[in-house]
Amino acid sequence: MQIQRESKIKIAIDNIKFPLLAIVFSFIIGAFFIIWTGNNPGVAYVELFSGSLGTVSRFGETMLKTTPLIFTGLAVGFGYRCGLFNIGVEGQYILGTVFTISAGWIFRDLPGSILPVILLISGALGGAIWAFIPGILKAKRGVNEVIITIMLNYTALYIANYVVRAVLNPSILQGTEKKAYSVMIPEQGRLTMLTEIFPSFGYSSVNTGIFIAIAMAIITWFILFKTTLGYEVRSVGFNPYASEYGGISIAKNITLAMVISGALAGLAGAVMITGLTYKVDMASGMPGYGFDGIAVALVGKNHPIGILASAFLFGILKNGERKMQIAGIPKEVIGIIQSIIIIFIAAEAIGSYWPSIKRKLTGKKDEEVKA
Amino acid sequence: MVIFIALLASALRLATPLIFSALGGIFSERSGVVNIAIEGIMINGAFFAILVTKFTDSPWLGVLAAMVAGALTALLLAVLAIHLRGNQVVAGVAINLFATSITAFLLEMVWKRSGQTDAVAHALTGNPLTFLEKIPVLGELFAGLTPFVYLAFVAVAITYYVIYKTPFGLRIRAVGEHPRAADTVGINVYKIRYICVMISGVLAGISGASLSLGTVSLFREGMTSGKGFIAIAAMIFGKWHPIGAMLASLFFGFAEAVQIQASSLGINNIPSEFLQTLPYIATILVLSGFIGRAVAPKADGIPYEKGHR
Repeated sequence: MQIQRESKIKIAIDNIKFPLLAIVFSFIIGAFFIIWTGNNPGVAYVELFSGSLGTVSRFGETMLKTTPLIFTGLAVGFGYRCGLFNIGVEGQYILGTVFTISAGWIFRDLPGSILPVILLISGALGGAIWAFIPGILKAKRGVNEVIITIMLNYTALYIANYVVRAVLNPSILQGTEKKAYSVMIPEQGRLTMLTEIFPSFGYSSVNTGIFIAIAMAIITWFILFKTTLGYEVRSVGFNPYASEYGGISIAKNITLAMVISGALAGLAGAVMITGLTYKVDMASGMPGYGFDGIAVALVGKNHPIGILASAFLFGILKNGERKMQIAGIPKEVIGIIQSIIIIFIAAEAIGSYWPSIKRKLTGKKDEEVKA
Repeated sequence: MVIFIALLASALRLATPLIFSALGGIFSERSGVVNIAIEGIMINGAFFAILVTKFTDSPWLGVLAAMVAGALTALLLAVLAIHLRGNQVVAGVAINLFATSITAFLLEMVWKRSGQTDAVAHALTGNPLTFLEKIPVLGELFAGLTPFVYLAFVAVAITYYVIYKTPFGLRIRAVGEHPRAADTVGINVYKIRYICVMISGVLAGISGASLSLGTVSLFREGMTSGKGFIAIAAMIFGKWHPIGAMLASLFFGFAEAVQIQASSLGINNIPSEFLQTLPYIATILVLSGFIGRAVAPKADGIPYEKGHR
């Protein structure tokens, strides 16, 4: 028993070691860029962390930024567990917002006891439907999901723009002037601001969405590690053919994993709409939460608990960058740090070169080094 | 007729960056490396073209800078994808984010503001072959072209020749289809892949330059707006073949031109968003085999490990 626990801790440390190193290295490289701008990196990083964690309301804002990242990180991570690379979280998020806002208009007369739930389910449904397309194409026709999801991202963007411009525009439904955004979610359909319950959150717009996000992380963990479904999904991700031989359907699990992943992405959109923006804006580009989700999932090692932690880290970066900007440091430094983190994670195989280097140094001929 | 000529010129101009980038994608993917980073390489190309033009006042040096910047960005992808055997899609995503941030950062460092740069004095927005403008009717068309448009078609011819008519091209295809077999007959898989990914960077770099130097004479954040991904779509739609990719790029460029000029053409009943989604939906249909199935090179996206079975 004792031995088992120890080895579990060791595995956990092994898992955390590399992302941590990647983060530290990225901050060091980021420091050089800050020096280049003529600023002191120490001051900048203090600004970054105090700006995002210094007071309760700042912490609230960080939690607000963390909320969508938890969902999109979980979405990418869940897909990854089944061997799927869901770059389409971006598009599924967008469709989630479209479904949420549409449901908000259709069910605008429902009471506040039920409307928020309906809106969240609608958002999840939107994302799930959008993810079903690459899922079924991969399962039935073996089409690579990466390209399909990229194409669907842009398709979703233009669908959303069309809906906002020509269907759910206030000018059409409420007879106002033409607007660059949709109608609003009715008051009773919105999530509660935490500052209404705990006034110490002050100006922060953090809302109950953060609790939904954390709950989803726990549920995702439960599904992945404590249910048959999760076992099958992970099994297909680990070795599809062995799973098939063992009686686990590849097609079924790929489709299902994609749909669940999409539902999580759609939920991110729903929580964004019901918790913060209350409307959908026309957009010329991607919102970026899906791509952030990839980074979050990678740093969190596709484990729901790891994703919670890494989403929080990226939330700190996202919130703190404005404070750095105010202190006169270009906020793009944060983007550079983020991308370098992902580059390091992508280059994880650097680690696998280490044993061969060590062997050369010690002059020993060990058994073949596994990649 | 005048409107049609203008539409055609606009379509050719819009297709130009797609052609360059799609050709770049072909080189990379034909050798077995998935290049999602095209978008990011284009951003770097567009930015460094303007940066160097600003300081040297020579747009052609700007183009050269775009090629170098593209090649170096692609080198990062190559190291990650080939030697470190990293996930090529993850590496691509990271490079896209990196390019967006680093250009925005440098923009702020050099021009002391964000959003967009100043316009450079000399760009490449005019037709270089002015004698063609004397041709009746078609002269109008040529007057609307930039040097990049002509170069794009030259690049198509060269790419076709290199990939299908030279030993080097044969090696590229061998490495992309069956690297182990290629390795067995003495082809250096790593070397071929490095060269191809770098060529892909050069082409995507020119593509970026054609966006900045060839249209608005300045760099604007987000100016690529997904064109790198449309180029990937064109590459797939053209079945990883230079001529096919060119035709697909022209088709997508034409669709965009129609969308931009829809009101002057009297098309009001088709939502512009529909025309914008056309390239993406067409690619999904082709990839999933509903209209003439497109099949990627066999070893596309799979890192090659020597001595690994």
